[in-house]
Amino acid sequence: MAECDPALRIAAKPSNAHDSARLHVSGAAGYVDDGAEPIDMLHLAFGQSEEAHARIAHMDLSAVRAAQGVVAVFTAADIPGANDVSPVAKDDRLLADGEVMCVGQALFLVVATSQRAARQAARLARISYEPRAACLTIAEARASSSFIEPTQRMARGDARAALSAAAHRVSGGFDIGGQDHFYLEGQIAIATPGEDGQVHILSSTQHPSEIQHLVAAMLNLSSADVTVEVRRMGGAFGGKETQAALFAAAAALAAHLTGRPTKFRCDRDDDMIITGKRHDFRIDYDVGFDDQGHILGLQLRLASRCGATVDLSPAINDRAMFHVDNCYWLPDIEIVSERLKTHTVSNTAFRGFGGPQGMLAIERIMDEVAAFLGRDPLDVRISNLYGPGRNVTPYDMVVADNIAPEIIARLRREGRYDERAASIEAFNAGSAILKKAIALTPVKFGISFTTTHLNQAGALVHVYADGSIQINHGGTEMGQGLYIKVAQVVADVFAVPVSQVRITATRTDKVPNTSATAASSGADLNGMAAHNAAMTIRDRLTAFLAQTFACAESEVAFAADGVVAGKEKLSFADLARRAHMGRISLSATGYYATPGIAYDRSTHKGRPFYYFAYGAALAEVAVDILTGEHRVLAVDIVHDVGRSLNPAIDLGQIEGAFIQGQGWLTTEELMFDAKGRLLTHSPATYKIPTASDRPRHFRISLWQDENLEPTIHRSKAVGEPPFSLANCVFSAIGRAIAAISPEKRSLPPLNAPATPENILRAVRGYRD
Amino acid sequence: MSVRFLLDGEIVEITDVDPTSTILNYLRYRLRRTGTKEGCAEGDCGACTVLLGELDEGAETMRWRSVNACILFLPMLDGKALLTVESLAVDGKLNPLQACMAENGSSQCGFCTPGFVMSLYGRTIGASGHDLPVADVVAGNLCRCTGYGPILAAGDGIGKLSRDDQPTMVALREMAETACAGGVFEDRRWFAPRTPEALAGLLAAHPDARIIAGATDVGLWVTKGLKTIETMVFIGNVAGMKAIVEDEAGVTLGAGVPYADAHAAFSRLHPDLGELVRRIGGLQVRNAGTIGGNIANGSPIGDGPPALIALGAELTLCSTAGRRTMPLENFFLDYGRQDRQPGEYVESLWIPRPAPQDIIHISKLSRRFDSDISAVCGAFALTVENGLIVRARIAFGGMAATPCRASGCEAALVGKPFAAETIASGTIALAGDFSPITDVRGTATYRAEVAANLLWRLWYRAQGEDISVLALESSHG
Ligand SMILES: Cc1cc2nc3c(=O)[nH]c(=O)nc-3n(C[C@H](O)[C@H](O)[C@H](O)COP(=O)(O)OP(=O)(O)OC[C@H]3O[C@@H](n4cnc5c(N)ncnc54)[C@H](O)[C@@H]3O)c2cc1C
Ligand code: FES
Ligand code: FES
Repeated sequence: MAECDPALRIAAKPSNAHDSARLHVSGAAGYVDDGAEPIDMLHLAFGQSEEAHARIAHMDLSAVRAAQGVVAVFTAADIPGANDVSPVAKDDRLLADGEVMCVGQALFLVVATSQRAARQAARLARISYEPRAACLTIAEARASSSFIEPTQRMARGDARAALSAAAHRVSGGFDIGGQDHFYLEGQIAIATPGEDGQVHILSSTQHPSEIQHLVAAMLNLSSADVTVEVRRMGGAFGGKETQAALFAAAAALAAHLTGRPTKFRCDRDDDMIITGKRHDFRIDYDVGFDDQGHILGLQLRLASRCGATVDLSPAINDRAMFHVDNCYWLPDIEIVSERLKTHTVSNTAFRGFGGPQGMLAIERIMDEVAAFLGRDPLDVRISNLYGPGRNVTPYDMVVADNIAPEIIARLRREGRYDERAASIEAFNAGSAILKKAIALTPVKFGISFTTTHLNQAGALVHVYADGSIQINHGGTEMGQGLYIKVAQVVADVFAVPVSQVRITATRTDKVPNTSATAASSGADLNGMAAHNAAMTIRDRLTAFLAQTFACAESEVAFAADGVVAGKEKLSFADLARRAHMGRISLSATGYYATPGIAYDRSTHKGRPFYYFAYGAALAEVAVDILTGEHRVLAVDIVHDVGRSLNPAIDLGQIEGAFIQGQGWLTTEELMFDAKGRLLTHSPATYKIPTASDRPRHFRISLWQDENLEPTIHRSKAVGEPPFSLANCVFSAIGRAIAAISPEKRSLPPLNAPATPENILRAVRGYRD
Repeated sequence: MSVRFLLDGEIVEITDVDPTSTILNYLRYRLRRTGTKEGCAEGDCGACTVLLGELDEGAETMRWRSVNACILFLPMLDGKALLTVESLAVDGKLNPLQACMAENGSSQCGFCTPGFVMSLYGRTIGASGHDLPVADVVAGNLCRCTGYGPILAAGDGIGKLSRDDQPTMVALREMAETACAGGVFEDRRWFAPRTPEALAGLLAAHPDARIIAGATDVGLWVTKGLKTIETMVFIGNVAGMKAIVEDEAGVTLGAGVPYADAHAAFSRLHPDLGELVRRIGGLQVRNAGTIGGNIANGSPIGDGPPALIALGAELTLCSTAGRRTMPLENFFLDYGRQDRQPGEYVESLWIPRPAPQDIIHISKLSRRFDSDISAVCGAFALTVENGLIVRARIAFGGMAATPCRASGCEAALVGKPFAAETIASGTIALAGDFSPITDVRGTATYRAEVAANLLWRLWYRAQGEDISVLALESSHG
């Protein structure tokens, strides 16, 4: 495990292991594909578009229908209701209707007796396309003014004037690649037809309610006829927020039309081709600054590839704009955000949701300013931090708990930044082909859905007469430890051991109208909702005890060794039994809506976030300038989790997020060919980090001051913020390349990901 | 005609053997042992890791090896013992490794976890590759959630675990008596010969048959290419195909030797060769994938051939008509075409031992260090006498349609002093040797540039420079 502060062991909140840990290690944790298959179950596969943009002239599916094992083949014409699997804009088709917008788009659905038969048959279609002009890249889309929504602008002051007045001015730009989620469990859904037209769907999804609503509309059913259930996902990272709907809807359609249970277990390569990814960006900037490196004026353009449809791209790109400031005061600024429509798969949510790209842009600018002035990049960063009198974001939100300066100072000291920077300089002087560098970058991440109405959650708590407790809430478990955190919250309310709390699968028939488990909000929202539900029951029990034992309610206490009421003391189980006999309701729902947030999207001003989570990371890397190979040698992190609900779970989130971020910026490269086909559609060519890519020195310390805002136990969200800690790896690689010409006052032209080839290209570019 | 294997001490018999059905699908959908997961169905993620146990030659000892169940075909289970994640807990009590992983945060979503458990469990019981560092043992297991720290800590923290394999060996010996020779499924045939003569005879009778060794290449034709294979000849049980003979002159390896088994002998030939083997696939792939398969597959980016060509390896082919031996480079005729006649199989490989003073340098370049395919693999063997290069064998993978020698570069070096100017002229000659292609693993420009730089790397190393980021420590000390 990451070395951690021993003081954490005695922290107020226990580091309970993940509730499913014992099931995980024994292979007994059930995922969607693990239940017994009914003998009449059917399996599904999509026929996929081979064209990026075309009208479908004709689909000859006769060979598909005739193939061995095929039971049915469905097209858009077979869909009884809405042919729509989109989250907002109603523009994602379940099955193509006349036109295809990207390679891999689902054209028809094969229903067969086995997965292999379905996949084999799907390849037998003869499709005639009338190809249309396709734009595939950011540059092409920009050239043909192809956007999914109008270009957005967030500004303060007069950036242009500040730029011309500044002592120094530099402009530049770079590309940031996308990222495949590579959840280990691929997309999967099982649909089972029920009586009277109802359908039950087991889906690996972060958003059961959305699937419920989409399937109801697709089958002309009411939401009450559709139940969606998910116990756990084998990883999601945003990739199952909207993308799971396609597979669930296909399964539901086939179940509805055949009357048999169906399973859509998507093959890995198909999954990578069909589903959306993290947005790739082109960043261009023009920055003005003074001799100390204070940024005075900044014009920044963020252009992203949104793909063929809207999906969540507006909110993702908004979040990129919100994170351009990161921890820095940018007095006069103009951010222009272009959301480009391309004929490639529609990009979607991925841990950080645009934030990482926004932050990487400003970190690059910090490096650029430092290189220009010949100053240490950390000093430039520090001189630009928010502080008293300079603590308002470009969208007019006050940065209330500005702890980044303290976090950075601690990391600089504990990570021995200055000493190591000096020793690295000496190393580089004596090393011809291997160059080292370190970089320290901070993170400030806004917590809340920026679409305000999503910031609500519900929970359901039952206390049974034997004293055992069952909880259910709208959040989904994808490995992040949400269930155990919420269980701890509920166990604390009744002062019972967490083992007495049974956590149950997320189901739309238990808690309705839920938001996606996303935006790092799972524990904040559902923890609070469950807390409220449990408190309702506890209040009833308190009143019951006061009445039964003729004491004041203030004399009732729930403690680890039992419940006290006046002079009486009884076990929780005994209390539950008595309360039941006393006809007290032992079941309650709970609800929570985040207070105090308001945001006007038309002006991009307001308070979109309830609070910020902070962190900082320091990476040391080595680069081989002959081959472009690199290695991350050491990483030190200080990360803010508020008063942690579960330090062990939080440490795991930080470490996992960092390595995922490192992969995004180094080895993970999405490549498309000139026809818009994804070339890196398998783990053979798309390389996420392996165990040896984890730096051998990897130290994480938690910053555990309580949240200023009254969140659940004053904790902070932890899912997404630490992803961007890995930005320091990219900065360090750039700096290591720059070490080939220490006298130069510019940055190597490095694009992300820093693959060997991109690094070598930057080496060449920096030499020339 | 049934396939039989040992699972948790019980013999499982499969009568209707589809020879291209994978062990993973059999476990999950026939036996309903769903602890073993599918993450990719192409050998790259390790979620399907299981342990296969087999008797060593002579049947006195046995060996466990981790393999990817997603690309192993059912006939390859015959006569073997299988352990899955469900095999480890006894009476509901977790094995110490599992308990440690459960307590220390080794799992988040848990989907990769059974695979890691099996890889690490193999290490604790002395399975193939157990002497590797933990990170190497799990290099073929991907985890997207944890960042690996707790998993590595669990692997490092657990010592040897005892395992009584006596009953397994007794059962395996008994099963060996009734090994399955093959079968027919629908209109497809498969064979599992046990002697070289039988193999040669079968190939003569079925010249179109597909030989299956470790199936780490062929497996994907089935799981990803969705191909059906008419006639399959499984060579895993052919006597003698897994022999390794080391002597002063060199090493002779049977074509069926898995990379993992050759690792030590290769390291003794030269540390660079050992390091190259360490970076072929993950351990599961090296436990199954054979040296013969790597060569016979003929891929331009296979890692074995360039290094073996530079070292001067010779290949022996065999058929009912007899044997042929050739320099390895002559085997590769063109893209997808090798000098193998119908009915012939690759029998063995001989690699001469380099002289101690030879300058050997082998570099694999890939996006990721572990478990990745080369963009370019360069191998150099130079003999320098009195400051003069008297002999040069240089071979590359990823630079042409086949693995092949850089003859222009060799000619530019031989007879010249071992000096920077010679290296510079060598790189110019090298540019004329190849016109590499652009593909998903690298552009033509990158390939040409790094191929030349690898020659420089050899030079810098000879000057005593650090040449690999892998060997560096951080300034934390
Ligand atoms: C995840 C993964 C990672 C990989 N990484 C690497 C890597 O890093 N470097 C690398 O070089 N390769 C790699 N490979 C490819 C593969 O593992 C090797 O090529 C391996 O050595 C093939 O051996 P095999 O025994 O599995 O061959 P098989 O798949 O059984 O056969 C491959 C081909 O060789 C033929 N064949 C096999 N044996 C003989 C014989 N004795 N005589 C005649 N023909 C024969 C077969 O008919 C078939 O055409 C990887 C594969 C996977 C799945
Ligand atoms: S499922 Fe990925 S290696 Fe087998
Ligand atoms: S725990 Fe989720 S992939 Fe490893």
